Amino acid sequence: MIEAIALTKRYDEKVAVDRLTFTVRPGIVTGFLGPNGAGKSTTMRMMLGLDLPSSGSVLINGKRYAEHAAPMNEVGALLEARAVHPGRSARNHLLSLALTSGISRARVDQVLDMVGLTGVAHKRVGGFSLGMGQRLGVAAALLGDPHTLILDEPVNGLDLDGIRWIRALLTRLAEEGRTVFLSSHLMSEMAVTADHVVVIGKGRLLRDQPMADFIREASVESVRVVSPEAGRLAGMLRTSGATVTVGPDGSLTVEAATSREIGIAAATAGITLWELAPQVGSLENAYLALTRDSLDYEDTAS
Amino acid sequence: MSLETASGSIVRAAGRVDGPVTQRGVIASEWLKLRSLRSTLLVLAAAVVGMIVLGAVIAYNTRNPAGLDPEDVVASGPLQGYYLGQLLMAALGVLVVSGEYSSGMIRATMAAVPRRLPVLLAKAIVFTTVVGISMIAAAVVAFLVAQAVLSGHRPTYSLSDGSTLRVVIGTGVYLTLVGLIGSSLAWIVRSTPGALVATYAVILVVPILLELVFPSWGNYIAAYLPTGAGQSFSTSLPAPHGLSPWIGLAVMLGWVLAGMSAAAVVLKRRDV
Repeated sequence: MIEAIALTKRYDEKVAVDRLTFTVRPGIVTGFLGPNGAGKSTTMRMMLGLDLPSSGSVLINGKRYAEHAAPMNEVGALLEARAVHPGRSARNHLLSLALTSGISRARVDQVLDMVGLTGVAHKRVGGFSLGMGQRLGVAAALLGDPHTLILDEPVNGLDLDGIRWIRALLTRLAEEGRTVFLSSHLMSEMAVTADHVVVIGKGRLLRDQPMADFIREASVESVRVVSPEAGRLAGMLRTSGATVTVGPDGSLTVEAATSREIGIAAATAGITLWELAPQVGSLENAYLALTRDSLDYEDTAS
Repeated sequence: MSLETASGSIVRAAGRVDGPVTQRGVIASEWLKLRSLRSTLLVLAAAVVGMIVLGAVIAYNTRNPAGLDPEDVVASGPLQGYYLGQLLMAALGVLVVSGEYSSGMIRATMAAVPRRLPVLLAKAIVFTTVVGISMIAAAVVAFLVAQAVLSGHRPTYSLSDGSTLRVVIGTGVYLTLVGLIGSSLAWIVRSTPGALVATYAVILVVPILLELVFPSWGNYIAAYLPTGAGQSFSTSLPAPHGLSPWIGLAVMLGWVLAGMSAAAVVLKRRDV
């Protein structure tokens, strides 16, 4: 369980994270979504005590992260930027972290095996590909068998196999009753992985709801209709309560009426239809619309 | 890659995973970090070899006592390899800290030890132990090799003489403390080039500038800077206006303590 309470981070004049209040519950995968620069990484760093909040607080199972006696057993984290010395071997990297908390060597070898790095355990990390580095990060996160996982853009740099593997892993970890919190700037990635979604923009909370609700709200269904008698059809549909907008090419976009209802109405009136196509609103578009207002163009341009 | 491991589920972790962070564990971690990087071992080895080789070379070149400078004749003469040693140990002190920042490893380190200060303490303890032992050993070996080379040419010195023992051990101690000053500046500055410049400025540039800019009283102040204080217990020839050896050691320790305290304060307060 992660609880952010009016969590705020200011850098001089700029507010990176603005009074965020939300709870990440155990047993499900929670997605943390927002455009680049929305404050996701800063929020995650505050959860780990790497950045100190300007005001507000964030608690992991009721305590600040630094107050836990066995922090690695509490939270496993994968941070966005690589956090490994390139001159050290993968095994020594993990071992150096394990030693701080008395985590066994056997566990180090076990996580290396889980992420498929056993064969290169003694190779220096500097020569690793982006995907291998990412897997090493996952191994480090799993080291303390943590109750909570905080993963910043975990699929970055992974190939398709790696992405599938990490999705399955996260689902599995959540099923075991752990708290799984992962960020992404890609809606499509979240839609298949997360059960619950927290959306932020410009540091502010925009949505905190089950993924299914987000998808339902996002998917406004409409029907595209092309007809030589578009004007007459539009009038008829409007009278029956549908919303009709006429496109620049003369096509109609009809909301609040199914393609079946439109077809029957057209046949009854003897109107020819050239095209009758249901449109599913894309989740990506809904997400973009939601965050568009909060995009900091000055920032993203640089 | 699989979700199953040889031992079964990911739930059943091999061995203990919920151990508390202990200072002892953090020290073990820092000891592993120090010896698992080729670069740190190379710098340390270069300093040890350099001190010994330079000791032998200096002794060989000063076999004939005629026309020698006073600092070449005294017991600490063959230990002048410390000029090289201090550059390397200052760099090593910087690197064990700044390497964490330049690589990003510091985020993993501080996520594992979120109270932060145990890391600073562990790094200082490991550095003091490893570098202390290596540099004292290097100074002793360099001294003994030099005496062997000098034997039969001019009078030699013995470690059983108190002041000789002091300068030999003192040279090793000085090099260790210079490294710790490098570490403390690296905690504060956080970048390798920045911390190197700051450290070399403190130990090399500032003392010389002081004496050049303020010829009448600059060297009174310089005696209290780390280099001047260090020379008081690591050379046999007391510098004019220099401190006595024990006062010098106390002043040098004071600098290290001040640097580490400042480092601890900024480490605790700043974002990683």
